[in-house]
This record gives sequence, C-alpha cells and structure tokens, in this order.
Amino acid sequence: MAVLVLAEHDNKEIKPATLNTVTAAARIGGDVAVLVAGAGCRPAAEAAARIAGVARVLLADDPAYGHGLAENLAPLVAKLAAGFGHVLAPATSAGKNVMPRAAALLDVAQISDISGIESPDTFVRSIYAGNALATVQSSDAIKILTVRATAFDPAPAEGGSAPIEAVTGPGDGGLSRFVGQELSRSERPELTSARIVISGGRGMQSGENFKLLETVADKLGAAIGASRAAVDAGFVPNDYQVGQTGKIVAPELYVAVGISGAIQHLAGMKDSKVIVAINKDEEAPIFQVADYGLVADLFQAIPELAAALDK
Amino acid sequence: MKLLVAVKRVIDANVKVRVKADGSGVETANVKMAMNPFCEIAVEEAIRLKEAGKATEIVAVSAGPAACQETIRTALAMGADRGIHIATDVELQPLAVAKLLKAVVDKEQPGLVILGKQAIDDDCNQTGQMLAALLGWPQGTFASKLAPADGRVTVTREVDGGLETVELKMPAVITADLRLNEPRYASLPNIMKAKKKPIESLTPAQLGVDPAPRLKTLRVVEPPKRKSGVKVKSAAELVDKLRNEAKVI
Repeated sequence: MAVLVLAEHDNKEIKPATLNTVTAAARIGGDVAVLVAGAGCRPAAEAAARIAGVARVLLADDPAYGHGLAENLAPLVAKLAAGFGHVLAPATSAGKNVMPRAAALLDVAQISDISGIESPDTFVRSIYAGNALATVQSSDAIKILTVRATAFDPAPAEGGSAPIEAVTGPGDGGLSRFVGQELSRSERPELTSARIVISGGRGMQSGENFKLLETVADKLGAAIGASRAAVDAGFVPNDYQVGQTGKIVAPELYVAVGISGAIQHLAGMKDSKVIVAINKDEEAPIFQVADYGLVADLFQAIPELAAALDK
Repeated sequence: MKLLVAVKRVIDANVKVRVKADGSGVETANVKMAMNPFCEIAVEEAIRLKEAGKATEIVAVSAGPAACQETIRTALAMGADRGIHIATDVELQPLAVAKLLKAVVDKEQPGLVILGKQAIDDDCNQTGQMLAALLGWPQGTFASKLAPADGRVTVTREVDGGLETVELKMPAVITADLRLNEPRYASLPNIMKAKKKPIESLTPAQLGVDPAPRLKTLRVVEPPKRKSGVKVKSAAELVDKLRNEAKVI
C-alpha cells in the first residue's frame, strides 16, 4: 500500500519538515507520493518531484488551497486518502490544523506527532510533555499521522525525478477566508531546522536584551528561540517559543540562556544533541539536562562568550 | 448567542507524572487532578464574550468518569452558567470526544464552540478540528484573538511563522492558544454559587455515540534519561569544550 505525504510549502519551495516526513513515510514501506496543494504551486511540486525516494507527486493547484485553509484542504486530503494506507504531514501548525479534520471526515483516528515507527500500524509518540513515551497501535484502515520532524533524518532534497499528476478536490467550501498574516522576517536559519539554537528566557529581562543573544547567534550561525516566559512577557514574538506547545527542536547544539527549565520548555528541546545552560541560579532544573552548565550572570557571560568565540 | 465550552480533567500541570512500572500508563491514583490549562483559557474567553455582551449563555461540557463533574464545577465557578456531563468510564480518544460533543452541539445549537487547543495529558491537539469536521463548521485553531461580529468571527491564529488572521462563518469551532487571555481564579462566593448551578448528566448511548477507542496503547515507558553533564567555570572554558570535546562548533 502506498503512503501519501502532505507537503508543507510556500507555493515556490518545499519546507524542510516535509523532507523528514518523507523519510518517515519511506520507513512505513510502499511507494511514497507527495501532495502539493496550493495556488500557483507548480514550482513547489517540481521541487517535491526532485526529493529522493518520492515515487509521484500529486499537484492540486487551486486558489482554494492557497493559504492552507483546513476547511478546503481537509476534504481534498480525505478524498485522496482513499488510495493510500497512510497519510502523513509534518507536525507543524499547518499539519496539526488540517490532519485531524481530514481524519474525522474519514471516521478514523489521527495519531499526533509520532517520533518512531515500529510497524505499519504501530507508532511511538510522546505524551505528558515528553515525560512518557506511548506506543500505540491503530486498527483503522487508513492511518492519519503527523510526524515530529526532529525524530527523522531529512530525505535528500535532490536525486529524485518523480512524475507530477494534476489532481482536483472539492475546492472552496466558502466557510472561511484568509485575511492576512504577520510573519517574522529573519536572516537567521529557521528555528526547527537550525544546526545551532540559542534561546533566551525570563532572565533576559527585556526584548532589547535579546540583542545580546543575536551577537552570539551571528557568530555561530544559530537560530534564536525563547521560553514561554519570555514570549508571555512580550520580549519576543510567539513564533520564537520552544516547548511543548511551541516548536520542538533537536539541533546539534542548544544554548539555553536565562531559562530555568520548566518541564514545558524541556519538552521542546531535550532531544538536542548537546545542551548548554547559562543561568545564575545553580539550582535551576535546566542544569539537570545540560551537558555543559555555566553558573553565571548572563549579562556578563554572554559578552564573554561572544569574545571567546572570536578567539 | 449561546457558547459551548469543552473542558477536560487532567493531571494537574504542576504534578510530576510518573510512569507505572508495568508500562500500562502513568500513575493517576492519589494524584491531584485539575482542569486542562488550555480549557481554562477557553472558559475564560467565553466568559469575556458574555461580559462584553456578545454572548448570553455559557454551557460547559465534559466527558468521562463521575469526577469530571468537579471540572465542570470549576468552569461554573469561573462563570459558566450550566454544565453537561457525558458519563462514561470508557477510555476516550479525540474522535470519540468530537462525536460526543457534536451530539451535544446538535441539541444545544451554540454560535461558537470553544475548546483548548490541546490537553496536557495526551498532547493530541485534535478534538476541536475533528468536531469542526463532523459539524461541517469552520475552525479557528490556536487562537490568540477572537472577534465575533455580524455572523462572522475574525480569529488571529498563532502559526509557526508568526500570526495569521482568518475570517470564519458562524457557527464555528475555536481552539484556544496560550496567549488568548489569562484565566481568572474563581472567587469563594462564585465557588459557592456554582454549587447551585445545574449539571445535566447524559450517556454516550443517549447521544447515540459509540465511544470505543480506535487506538490501543501497547505500552508507556519513561523517555531515555540524559546523562548528567559537567559545570564549566567560564565562557572561555565553555567554548573550549564545545570546540574540542563536543566538537559542535
């Protein structure tokens, strides 16, 4: 039975989490098809066709799918799902929005944020903010899954030459309308796919002080993240949040600055390869997961760190 | 306009959960339970809409064992007007809850259903989307701002890249994100008053829903522990370790 992956894209390019999801799909077994649904999204479909291991690309090019509205997209996914044993999407805000809706239309369960595949019907996922791992088995005919991108290596973006087939769905159901968006612009790497992440917490004391982290991030080529406390305090926008309900990251190096290490934050970063904690409170729980801990006032330590990186 | 709010009873967010030795789940006996924090935000938003004159009645619904009535009482103490308890001891998964809620929505005909975006026990983040699908209603998930007017609701959503705004035809389903509001604490007089507010009790059978789970949990284990690290004395030593020991920079 073939596996369908719902691609995340901006109509031009495929978002990195799609590549990890293709790897998860290949691990389930069977041909991997990728659905690119959008408006004017042929360039993204062509990029999807070049992903190594993709057998075919389904292109649904319709203004109704331009902004990923779940009301329009879920019926398309549900319609196409009939030809597949599994449908996967990255566990991003877009995937989490549309996949449960598609599952309910099919009267099947959805399995969220899987981090392991034991067999085509058995999956591992974290529960209780990562404090426990559950292995669950599905008895439904079609398995609808969202995939934790950090748990699977990305498939090579080049190397494939899959055919592209046009598909159509029910189109615009008229229930919802995209009004606008305010997206954070940054020259830095994207948080969930960055090799190095440096995050600030309540200890940063202000949004202005995040500039300190920027100097270090520039030297390391790192993305900048934040704890929920820093976002709630208005230091940085919501899309910086790393944690149970924010973004899940697992970079090579995660540097936590002025972050105490609440369980919700640890849930979002504890699979990082190397963790560094800088905090003036030596009792802070973050030190329990840190490979390297520096007990210091961050306002002194961060400029010193920047200087040491120059040497 | 009537508002329906779904509330879930979960292990209190401040409790450190322990995995049972036999791998069957997490320890819930003698553990403090509370309303799921995202559900509190949903209840608060409903109350604010009522206080702003945009809603007339708030119905709080919970499904599960008898103890869920305590969670409904918490919603009533915050300011909901009445409760509906769907009594069952079956393990409820999101699709079953969505079907139960749909049956209640069909009876109650609310203008908006507000839920938390996810529960902090199973971390599923599904029920609102599934309910919207079953009803054929639009969905405003991960909402950080809500403005209903003239049969439509404008919803600002927290998405991976920042914020997105959508306009939905009402009736609609909303799921609350962290920054939609800060929930109030129930005052003592309101807790007393809540004891007199009505809670209707229904069963899945009365609602015509089969709540049987679709997923079987084979085992629950603790995640692998990280080995303890070392403390460094200075930023210079840290950089040295990262370069020469961990080799990540």
